[in-house]
Amino acid sequence: MADAATLPPIAEGLFDLGPPPALIGGRDRRSGRIVFPCPADHDRFEPVRLPREGRIWSWTVQRFPPKSPPYAGPVETPFRPFALGYVELPGAVIVESRLEGFAFEALKVGLPCTLRLLPFGDRLTYAFGPSDEEEQPQ
Amino acid sequence: MTDVAIIGAGIHRFGRTDGVSGLQQGVIAARAALADAGVEWPDIRIAFGGSAAAGNADTMVAELGLTGLPFLNVANGCATGGSALYSAANAIRAGEADLALVVGFDKHPRGSFNPEPADWGLPEWYGETGMMLTTQFFALKLRRYMESFGITPVTLGRVAEKAFANGALAPHAWRREPVDLETIMNSQMVNDPLTKFMFCSPSEGAVALVLASAAKARELGATPVWVRAAVVRTRPPGSFEVFSPSLDLARGPSPTVLASRAAFEVAGLGPEDVDVAQLQDTESGAEIMHMAENGFCADGEQEAWLAEGRTRIGGRLPVNTDGGCLACGEPIGASGLRQVYENVMQLRGAAGARQVEGARIGYSHVYGAPGLSAVTILAS
Repeated sequence: MADAATLPPIAEGLFDLGPPPALIGGRDRRSGRIVFPCPADHDRFEPVRLPREGRIWSWTVQRFPPKSPPYAGPVETPFRPFALGYVELPGAVIVESRLEGFAFEALKVGLPCTLRLLPFGDRLTYAFGPSDEEEQPQ
Repeated sequence: MTDVAIIGAGIHRFGRTDGVSGLQQGVIAARAALADAGVEWPDIRIAFGGSAAAGNADTMVAELGLTGLPFLNVANGCATGGSALYSAANAIRAGEADLALVVGFDKHPRGSFNPEPADWGLPEWYGETGMMLTTQFFALKLRRYMESFGITPVTLGRVAEKAFANGALAPHAWRREPVDLETIMNSQMVNDPLTKFMFCSPSEGAVALVLASAAKARELGATPVWVRAAVVRTRPPGSFEVFSPSLDLARGPSPTVLASRAAFEVAGLGPEDVDVAQLQDTESGAEIMHMAENGFCADGEQEAWLAEGRTRIGGRLPVNTDGGCLACGEPIGASGLRQVYENVMQLRGAAGARQVEGARIGYSHVYGAPGLSAVTILAS
């Protein structure tokens, strides 16, 4: 991840580089409800580091190339499908994320997963990968 | 409060009609509905209509006639038709009009919809990283549901198989050829667990209805289909909707649950009273989940219902008897009214080869982004 860390994040305020990295959510100062990403209104939403470990809440595989724009991912022929889903972060919120490092056949609701940062073109984005991997396969 | 009747129904076939604009299709449907009701355009006192991508409904007056009537445009996404019907029924109940026209039409370009993050108040990275696709939302909601309640992929296939079988019997449908289960299951995977044949496509089409007060319906000597309930609801906290970068841990019901309960209450009926139902089937899983959200079965029972063919024509509760969105495609502005049109045909006993024997109560449900549902209950 040494190279990746020098890349600019895909959006400001989306995640904290760490180490260890964490997504930044917004806690509603009145209700305590947490949302992701943190809304710009910091008078109402306090930025908070979200748990890095969670469980897959739902998942799918994107089998066809998304229309571009807005999609800014790699243009490959043939298109390389990618997994995405929702990850339940205990006590906080359920976030939508790309799922990297899982075999598609192994994806399952309830699977433990851990946040990672990874290059997306010439920028840095976030994804969740298997929790039992010490090093991230880049 | 007066009862409201549907006394006329017209449709322009769904699918692709090159050279005919969406608005023109709407005019054709409107004329068909007027003729079906045996009334003339100048008799109509108020009109409601809309499309998502084919222009303003009120410009139809240029073709139908400049009678000076109030004509309100409705823009409520997939629930446009349901919202127009709700508005017209309320105008009649309020005594504002005794004869109303409702029209929904659309004409979408080929391929899936192409939303931009800014139009939805979402950050650019959400679209850039490939997470802003409607098909993903359907797959994600469905996957969670399947793993929670034991629904298997073959059940999704059975929904699509039924849709195409029914579409073959409906003259207004787009897909008129049956497709076998194996072909559906083995077709290209789009977003797991949904294959190509399990998704509907944007299409074209138009539907119009003529609504009348009970007194007006009697005066005209019409054979009415009664609007027992026309309800629209938006989402409660915790509902799972399209384009959500995050969801609350505390999950809540869907807008469909709210709309369905309210509609049954207004109608003084329950799910067991319904003879035929048209449920939003943007994809196979939507029909499965909407069977439970509308109160027709418990979560998970769909597996047995589909295996036993209970939602086929001739089954205990036929669902989407004209093939639904899967066979008709989804012209957004027209889709909800197509469901009502189909129920009108069923309750009149005029549905031909797809007739549900003895249908007296018809239920229709449309759902759309960003979380609203419209439910209509009709009775003969």
